[in-house]
Amino acid sequence: MTLGSVPPKFKVDIDRYQCMDCGRCIENCSYGVYRREGNKILIESRKCTGCLRCVSMCPRDAIMLTEKPVDYRSHPLWTREAREDIIKQARSGKIILSGMGNARDLPVVYDHLLLDACQVTNPSIDPLREPMELRTYIGKKPSKLKFKKTESGDVELETKLAPNLKLNTPIMIGHMSFGAISLNAQLSMAKAVTELGTYMGTGEGGLHEALYPYQDHMIVQVASGRFGVNIDYLERGAAIEIKIGQGAKPGIGGHLPGEKVSEEVSKTRMIPVGSDAISPAPHHDIYSIEDLVQLIRSLKEATEWKKPVFVKIAAVHNVAPIAAGIARSSADAVVIDGFRGGTGAAPKVFRDNVGIPIEVAIASVDQKLREQGVRNEISIIASGGIRNSADLAKSIALGADAVNIGTAALVALGCRVCGNCYRNLCPWGIATQRPDLVSRLDPERGAVQVSNLIKGWTYELSELMGAAGINSIESLRGNRDRLRGYMLDEGMLKILDVLPAGA
Amino acid sequence: MCGIIGFIDRTKSKMDGSSIKAALSLMNERGSGDGAGYAAYGIYPEYADYYALHVFFDNLGEPKKKVDELLQQMGEIVHQEEIPTTPQPGIKKVHIPWRYFFKPSEDLMAGRMASENDVVTYIVMEVNANVKGATIFSSGKNMGVFKASGWPEDVANFYRIEDYKGYIWLGHNRYPTNTPGWWGGAHPFNLLNWSVVHNGEITSYGTNQRYVEGYGYNCSLFTDTEVVAYLFDLLGRQHGLSHEMVVKALAPPFWDEIDRMPAKEAELNKAVRLTYGPALMNGPFAIVVGTENGIVGFTDRIKLRPLVVGENGNRLYISSEEAAIRVYDPEVKTIYTPRAGEPIIGRFIE
Repeated sequence: MTLGSVPPKFKVDIDRYQCMDCGRCIENCSYGVYRREGNKILIESRKCTGCLRCVSMCPRDAIMLTEKPVDYRSHPLWTREAREDIIKQARSGKIILSGMGNARDLPVVYDHLLLDACQVTNPSIDPLREPMELRTYIGKKPSKLKFKKTESGDVELETKLAPNLKLNTPIMIGHMSFGAISLNAQLSMAKAVTELGTYMGTGEGGLHEALYPYQDHMIVQVASGRFGVNIDYLERGAAIEIKIGQGAKPGIGGHLPGEKVSEEVSKTRMIPVGSDAISPAPHHDIYSIEDLVQLIRSLKEATEWKKPVFVKIAAVHNVAPIAAGIARSSADAVVIDGFRGGTGAAPKVFRDNVGIPIEVAIASVDQKLREQGVRNEISIIASGGIRNSADLAKSIALGADAVNIGTAALVALGCRVCGNCYRNLCPWGIATQRPDLVSRLDPERGAVQVSNLIKGWTYELSELMGAAGINSIESLRGNRDRLRGYMLDEGMLKILDVLPAGA
Repeated sequence: MCGIIGFIDRTKSKMDGSSIKAALSLMNERGSGDGAGYAAYGIYPEYADYYALHVFFDNLGEPKKKVDELLQQMGEIVHQEEIPTTPQPGIKKVHIPWRYFFKPSEDLMAGRMASENDVVTYIVMEVNANVKGATIFSSGKNMGVFKASGWPEDVANFYRIEDYKGYIWLGHNRYPTNTPGWWGGAHPFNLLNWSVVHNGEITSYGTNQRYVEGYGYNCSLFTDTEVVAYLFDLLGRQHGLSHEMVVKALAPPFWDEIDRMPAKEAELNKAVRLTYGPALMNGPFAIVVGTENGIVGFTDRIKLRPLVVGENGNRLYISSEEAAIRVYDPEVKTIYTPRAGEPIIGRFIE
């Protein structure tokens, strides 16, 4: 071993004076940091992922965590990460896997966009006292309506509306499969979206029986591996999403490590227990836009044209023309996943380097669809790094109809973004299939937490809209007039089509 | 603030501009002397088949040459002249108001410009966006807008408004916050036969603007009201919606109300909201729109700006203030205040 070990990422300390020796840290840490020897709790800091399970379960606040207790000689180019990745690959000769979203310290466009409010010339609207409408319909809309007069002189609608999903709030939960996350995590979210009148995605992992009661609020996914797809599955969903790509790893398929393929996962996905589920990079029946059109039509035909079909793509450089192509098919919504989108497992080099930010993707897609006169043909759902109600409001003002959240919903369930989702050891019972860990997540309580989060954002969105003198979400959508860029360069302002602050 | 007023005689019997001048001046505390304007329908019977293009020229040199060239290229000018004015101490004549009576050439009507109206719309957008020193502020048939910076009575006297006789009149007394002093920023805003007077601020302007610009309109006048004229033209003319339906799209019922409607009506209202969501106008406003068939008045969905209606036989008045209506017509019989979002429509009797 010529490489030796790398410095531990965390240093764990127990304040022995505070510690009451209850052993909860040992029970809770699935990574094996703690063990008992005799009457002492010993610590193996190297195994720590920073998931904070022990810290949050310690009744005495006796556990201390220090990040990077030993660091490398500082160097602006050869960062710790750069050096460690090389060491890892020199050892393994393999692709480096990672979890969660892009971890690079790049500027966040959302943080450089500022929202507007009313003063004097127009009154702000108080959502506690006036109606505030967040109801959003996702799906195709006609570009104009036709009416006819009946014999009795009444006006009747002649245009037929395509099926749309009705959302009480423009927040949905994105696709995280059973396999990537636990059944209890899916159940928590399913209960929450059903209560709130919004939707969540199944991911590419089929639909477990336990979720059938919530199927009217679930969007089933058809991805390149076609795991879990059959006619029963398609018919159960409120809508169908074809996943072409995802923001965390544009251009490649899904990865589910075999460790996470338990008995139940295997049944739901229709794959053998313990086998890696590696979805192909492309759909093997989609080699061009016309093939996608055929798949959309086939899925619609199979479900008697009753269900909206979404197409999810990663935000890549050419996202706008691709979305315009999708808008010309019979797809009802395009889901755009920005380069900060999370994942259970992705090659690190993809997660951190491929794709573009969701903010610019929304702006350029909305603009392109308008230029081509097809904006009404399709809804835009934005995802990939939406952290709070301000990101939500800004996404809508840039042109999105609704957003998908992923990581935020997991954080509401306990996730501390440690990024070890691919190891099946998630001590919060979220990204794991180990029954003892999964049982830590109570779906009833989880549902309350997720629902609280979405409610909180919804209230904040109402307040932001009211302050801007807007009482209906349609009037925020694409209203870039109510955004200003702060410390953004001219090129970026032009792409976003927003004025600089002060203008 | 701003004060607005609209008038229609349903039998097309005409009234000169003196009454509206008096009514509008009464609302001077709603304005600031920075802008006022009038629109009158039925004033050019001798040129009724021609588009009356009212233009502000900064000078009669280069800007006029460019507009002349464009018009000659796109059709025929049958008559043109400076709009007669009388100097007023309260008005600094920063533009030269000009009018053309114009007929678009039939040879141009193909593709995106399928009708005379499309050609004229194109000319208006082209001049306002690209010809420096020229703004077309009125482009309908047998109607015209007269506006400037100043108090309503000064603007009326400047344009000798008493000399015009119309069956529809709109007036606007401006308290500008956006573009004070610019004549193009005064109301009414007009495109073809649509004229708009507006009290308020449209908080959904960005959404509405992006929507109409997708259909070839160009918002170049620096004031949110402009977009209302284009929305009416798009929905009312291009999409062929009735005036009631246009108002339903711009100020629709709340979802709570729609949910309580009978199924068919709910479906219709839902379709309007889904399809025309980007046309929904938010923020406080009271608006009166003049059209070739009559006038339409409406407010925002929670009525954050005042609107009062008066009737006297075949005459209908819509204004920010009851007092203004009573000055307009001391004999007015009925006065009432419409509900939020409720369209008030005055049509000609066939």
